[in-house]
Amino acid sequence: MSEREIISVTVQRGGPDTPQRLQVFEVPAFESQTVLDVVSWIQQNADPTLTYRFACRVGMCGSCAMMVNGVPRWTCRTHVNKVLNGGKIEIAPLRNLPVIKDLAADMDPFFDKWVAAEGRHHPTRSRDDDIAAINPEQPERVVASSGIECINCSICYSACDTVAGDPDYLGPAALQRAWTLYNDAKDADKDTILDAVSGKGGCHSCHSMGSCTAYCPNGLDPLSAIAGLKRATTQRFFKGRAK
Amino acid sequence: MTPFHLYMAQRLSALVMAPFVLVHLGVMIYAIQGGLTAAEILGRTQGSVFWFLFYGMFVVAVSIHAGLGLRVVLSEWAGLRGTALNALSGVIGFGLFALGARAVWAVTAGGV
Repeated sequence: MSEREIISVTVQRGGPDTPQRLQVFEVPAFESQTVLDVVSWIQQNADPTLTYRFACRVGMCGSCAMMVNGVPRWTCRTHVNKVLNGGKIEIAPLRNLPVIKDLAADMDPFFDKWVAAEGRHHPTRSRDDDIAAINPEQPERVVASSGIECINCSICYSACDTVAGDPDYLGPAALQRAWTLYNDAKDADKDTILDAVSGKGGCHSCHSMGSCTAYCPNGLDPLSAIAGLKRATTQRFFKGRAK
Repeated sequence: MTPFHLYMAQRLSALVMAPFVLVHLGVMIYAIQGGLTAAEILGRTQGSVFWFLFYGMFVVAVSIHAGLGLRVVLSEWAGLRGTALNALSGVIGFGLFALGARAVWAVTAGGV
């Protein structure tokens, strides 16, 4: 190879205490280069003060999501070749979340809503009981299993225009978690889950635009999960509460 | 009224409106074949309990459905919250009902 190609990378810098600005870096192109590799190259070779977040580098931890050319992506599994636009890339922190600094978004609202949607286990048994046998082919279990590969990367939350318009909206990931637990035979408090997703900013705020499902890097379907919660709450409205 | 109740009100009002819209459009297309005057329309609707109930319920469903739909638009696009949101969407809902009820009354009960 003769002279190495150069990528022009525009990075959003700054945070709540410093004015946000765009900074352009010239980054050498490498074979099989990911967007996270580009960000790491900048931090290691051009500006050590660049702040960003990553951990596993293999698409399991959900730490490195950023806006790439205006679209939320997991940067460790996004090849530069796939997103290069005329030799340029724009990288910014995740949308719909506060910025801590540079490319690091504050994930607190995302996880707070996870808790607000009752995205926690309500056990049916104590540690002294035997483990309940679960048939993996049971229809409810199949539905629950379809949502459990969520890595909490917040890409769906950043892609969601309803979150952008309604800060109270719980968002696709938290609601999908609620739907997973609702279908889990080992969860004992389904009414509490439906109550949690029926309040202000609950599943009924969703406009079914489907950006969550379109952008989920793991191929999950929060849109259908939210539709399931709408169905379940509506059925409870007509049939009355369980028990 | 919880957000869930508002959601149910909007869905149920849509359910009510769907057949009304189809009948309204169907009758309109059927009735204008060969021309139609205002006097002919009023001749059929005035004094008709059926058309009073038909368009009366239609107006109620539209007022609920449009009022709640615009409430969401005002919240997400205009950033209205709390009392301002409830007041403005209430004015829109009741305003639509007043305009629609006046028209229904004029067409079905007027002249009786």
